[in-house]
Amino acid sequence: MRQKQPPTTLLAAAALATAVLALPLVGLLQRTPWSSLGAILSDTATLQALRVSVVVSLTATAVSVALGLPLAWVLARVPFRGRALVRAIVLLPMVLPPVVGGIALFFALGRRGLIGRALHNGFGVDTLIGTTAGAVIAAAFVSMPFFVIATEAGLRQLDTRLESAAATLGASRFTVLRRITLPLLAPSLAAGATLSWARALGEFGATITFAGNHPGRTRTLPLAIAQANEAGQPEAAIAMSVLLIAMSLLILIGLRHRWITPRVDTSGIGQSANPSPTSAPQPPQKWLP
Amino acid sequence: MSIQAEVQATAATTSPTATAAAGGFAICANINAPAGSCTAIVGPNGAGKTTLIGVLAGLVPLQRGKVVLANQVVDEPAQQIWVPPEHRPIALHNQHNLLFPHLSVVDNVAFGPQSAGIPKPQARHTALEWLERVGLSDLATAHPTQLSGGQAQRVGLARAAACQAAVLLLDESLAALDATTRSNIRHLIADIDATKVLVTHDPVEARILADEMLIMEDGLITQSGTPQEIATNPKTRFTASLMNLNLFTGHCAGTTATLDCGLTLTTATSAHGPVLVTFSPTAITLSAQQPQSSARNVWETTVNRTQPDQDRVRVLLGQPAPCWAWITPQAMSELHIADGSRCWAALKATELTVQQA
Repeated sequence: MRQKQPPTTLLAAAALATAVLALPLVGLLQRTPWSSLGAILSDTATLQALRVSVVVSLTATAVSVALGLPLAWVLARVPFRGRALVRAIVLLPMVLPPVVGGIALFFALGRRGLIGRALHNGFGVDTLIGTTAGAVIAAAFVSMPFFVIATEAGLRQLDTRLESAAATLGASRFTVLRRITLPLLAPSLAAGATLSWARALGEFGATITFAGNHPGRTRTLPLAIAQANEAGQPEAAIAMSVLLIAMSLLILIGLRHRWITPRVDTSGIGQSANPSPTSAPQPPQKWLP
Repeated sequence: MSIQAEVQATAATTSPTATAAAGGFAICANINAPAGSCTAIVGPNGAGKTTLIGVLAGLVPLQRGKVVLANQVVDEPAQQIWVPPEHRPIALHNQHNLLFPHLSVVDNVAFGPQSAGIPKPQARHTALEWLERVGLSDLATAHPTQLSGGQAQRVGLARAAACQAAVLLLDESLAALDATTRSNIRHLIADIDATKVLVTHDPVEARILADEMLIMEDGLITQSGTPQEIATNPKTRFTASLMNLNLFTGHCAGTTATLDCGLTLTTATSAHGPVLVTFSPTAITLSAQQPQSSARNVWETTVNRTQPDQDRVRVLLGQPAPCWAWITPQAMSELHIADGSRCWAALKATELTVQQA
């Protein structure tokens, strides 16, 4: 039997949407100085920006995971008044212009800021501004919500009866966490961490506003690109843009569809016709009083 | 490893409308199970059987009462005592199986022993033994999504049994099995050395496995006793219809079944070895004299008791084969049947169901 074809109008609309998103990239690639690409990318300043980008984005991701997992847990599992408000505040950096985030961070953590002054007086931490630590905070501020939202969704999808079942087989709370909850949550954790990493890698506004633009400390690839563009070196800006795009694409391809449909890993096992148990609709949770 | 429980709890029901109407659902029950015994909880859907099991397992907290497992108080709200499931001497097989989807079959079964601190190789060894016992050792490396309903149920049962807990709680553990497998698993459960509490819909299962039966209706225990006591003296309509089945154990050689009570019956289907013979109370015809009929099985007996029940009369026949016969009130008056009178029972061979015990 012939497979059913999707309607032509649908395909045309999808093609148009893809074009809107992809054409600027084509424009960039068409202007890319391919012959001098190697020289520009092996330039000391570029490598320095690349190194800062990798360090800042990976550290920010680690911070997002360490702080975001407990937060996602509370949002998913602990009912309390004002949970909707807390969730909205947590997700706010996703929709705020990053520059607003940068200004907010400045007035909170800067030398005269609310917390910055306390850090200065209490611990002698003078200022985060202009340091790699400051750039990490700015990147974590904008990227952590991506981790939290993916992890909370994963926790909500997880069948808590499996955890109860483990307890009735004698598993301690730690064993349940280690052998049941975290493995089942792994696809969501991976998706959340990857999305958060990709967002941290592309971070510009909050970093330049809060941490500043200092080579070797806070000047990440996006900052170096803007710098080159304004300094009348469009070729360097384009070359570094291509590098950043390539890195981001690799991350997103690695992510595949996992942030839309988390799946249980059945690697090494034949394809099953059954849908994944965690994505299947669950019956009412009879065990919960 | 006995169980004593006075249970008063409120639990969420599966039906959202019931929850909305009543704001929860209360159960009240007493269980007293000596060490090594098997207690069957039988009742209609929504009676609170699973909730009662949940109370024993520690998944549903008590509101009033006391649960004592193996001489240890595990739940007593008045004394603020509550022991979480993982510290109770129990293992539970839930009716939904709840196999861990990310673990292979053998690792699912090894989960209990591993949680008890047994090293992985030994735990897997134990798991493989249990898989062998439930007839699934060839599926050890499979994943739960690849199993049929009956296979998943056997894995779930093996996983609970492998914990070797003092108290084994089985919630509808045989519901998805076919007749032959069910018979094998019944034997397996009977051989497990633990205090067992099982929830079931199947009166045959309850009568074969249980030392004590609890009939649960609307959150209350309406009757309790040995299966024999309940079969011969059902106190509620539900119990009467539940026991709407005459069940005998015996041995079959071809189409001749010799029941353990002494009666020999001719069956339509041929079988060999130990069997369960069942027939409906409506399948028996009673007559005042020895009947001349096509029925293969005719015997003389005594009327032990009669119980009128709306449009019919339930007649409990005595030796040689105590069983129920349901007749109309008209038939009862025409045959002059009364407690203690003699009569003849006839039963067609085709009305008998024979299954391997």
